Amino acid sequence: MNLAAESLAFGYPRHPVGRDVSLAVRSGEVLALLGPNGGGKTTLLKTLLGLIPPQGGAVTLDGRPLAALTIPERARLIGYVPQAHGGTFAFTAFEVVLMGRTAHGGLFARPTARDRDIARAMLDRLGIAHLAERPTTMISGGERQLVLVARALAQEPRFVVLDEPTASLDFGNQGKVMRQVRRLAADGLGILFTTHDPNQALGHADRVALLRGGAVIAAGPASRILTSEQLAALYGAPVETVVEAGGRTAFLPG
Amino acid sequence: MQTRALGGSAIAFAVLVAGIAVAFAVGRYPVTLPELATALWSRATGTPSGLPPSVEAVVFSIRGPRVVAALACGAALAIAGAAFQGLFRNPLVSPDILGASSGAALGAVLGIFLSFGIFGIQAAAFAGGLLAVAAVYAVGSTIRSGDPILTLVLTGVVVGALLGAGVGLIKVLADPYNQLPAMTFWLLGSLSAANARDLVPLIAPVILGAAVLVALRWRMNALSLPEEEARALGLPTGPLRLVIVAAATLVTAASVAAAGIIGWVGLVVPHLARFLVGPDFGRLIPASAMLGGGYLLLIDTLARTIGPVEVPLGILTAVIGTPFFIWLLATARGGWS
Repeated sequence: MNLAAESLAFGYPRHPVGRDVSLAVRSGEVLALLGPNGGGKTTLLKTLLGLIPPQGGAVTLDGRPLAALTIPERARLIGYVPQAHGGTFAFTAFEVVLMGRTAHGGLFARPTARDRDIARAMLDRLGIAHLAERPTTMISGGERQLVLVARALAQEPRFVVLDEPTASLDFGNQGKVMRQVRRLAADGLGILFTTHDPNQALGHADRVALLRGGAVIAAGPASRILTSEQLAALYGAPVETVVEAGGRTAFLPG
Repeated sequence: MQTRALGGSAIAFAVLVAGIAVAFAVGRYPVTLPELATALWSRATGTPSGLPPSVEAVVFSIRGPRVVAALACGAALAIAGAAFQGLFRNPLVSPDILGASSGAALGAVLGIFLSFGIFGIQAAAFAGGLLAVAAVYAVGSTIRSGDPILTLVLTGVVVGALLGAGVGLIKVLADPYNQLPAMTFWLLGSLSAANARDLVPLIAPVILGAAVLVALRWRMNALSLPEEEARALGLPTGPLRLVIVAAATLVTAASVAAAGIIGWVGLVVPHLARFLVGPDFGRLIPASAMLGGGYLLLIDTLARTIGPVEVPLGILTAVIGTPFFIWLLATARGGWS
């Protein structure tokens, strides 16, 4: 399947944020969206999720406009992983993941045995089955992020969209979450995530799109697009490249 | 978690049964549970009960209607509070956050000022509560900047203050010897006027609204998440919010119209229920209903027996609710609040 933005203008009626954006995520592939603060990453993400309507152009799924789908239909195709937050109420991890089944039941339906099985299976898939009965207000940020990934998977979607999945995580948890994200693509899901860290995009994404001022200034395979020149242009600041003896590359703010 | 929740629901049910037993057993004419069961059985089957007529009068004409009214009001305020706390993603919200109580208060004092009968006052209070929330919702929905939830809550606070000014104005204009005491008494809440004839206008809207809230309780979990997450999970948040506000307002306005303003129940009881069964609305809503009914029944029993004259309910719920809530704030470590 193919989730695509076609000549997309996005933003709000009196506050256009970006225009003429074209990009696509295919099943089994990870696309990273990089860009400076205020570049429109989050607004673009919300538009791709169908949470705010396009101001021009279209978001399409296999060529069909996303706007033609109902809210539950959309939720069964695209899962959303927001930045980890504690939440107002102390739902257990299992209860949070079970909410991912919302779009699969009717308005008055109580969760079925199958819903519960799927929620448990998704906790298991992410290696956090032991957290099932823990309140999500009392687990670490990394664990909470994995719970939210499990919730998105419980939607049984074809695409998962993650908003800065590692923004508030420590170093170890960043790796843990990104390895899981990579595994989902191996299982055939299309993945789109935003990040502030070019190294993360280089290490975990197949392709990247660089978003600045609401426009895509470069897009393509991660290893080709991510150069110190491109990144310097993207962030408006010098970027150094460090190449290790084994050939691995890393970027440092200059 | 499952066993804890089951145990919690059992405790909520026990509080409900205890509330009913105590309400009948305490008072000038005590009725025991076996007597109550005999009276109800004989009424249901149409056979003579063999009980003294005074017991039957207490069960069916005097205390029975008051017990039913207390159960209905307590359950209504508690589930409306639980639903609103989820909808507004804030555990400190009570069912009158959108102006239901202040609108009902203005309606009731207007009714008293214009010398309406009891039924007219209740109708005016009911209409006032519904109109106030409708106005708040209409104004809040036309303001399209910022978070819709926050806009709605702030509109409710502002409109509530305006309605409060209206209540103040009418109290100033009212006859200080007849009307003002009636207004003051009404505003503090009481079930002393409950009788069998008044039960239908209370029970019908409460059952209707409660049925909607109970039916939608599984969706309230996802609805308590931030707006965009809820929609990404597949919930049509706008229409769902309108339906829940309408149902919660219906039950709140009906109970305020019948019993006056009884604060704290809708705020405190959902916390107690969450403590017993956890935050999952699938269990929280039924537990809140049972606990709210039992709680208000115990308070009302206290109100009519504690002194030579009846103590207004709003005073008792505040005296009990305030220290309880401070204790809640002090002991809750983000676990279930």
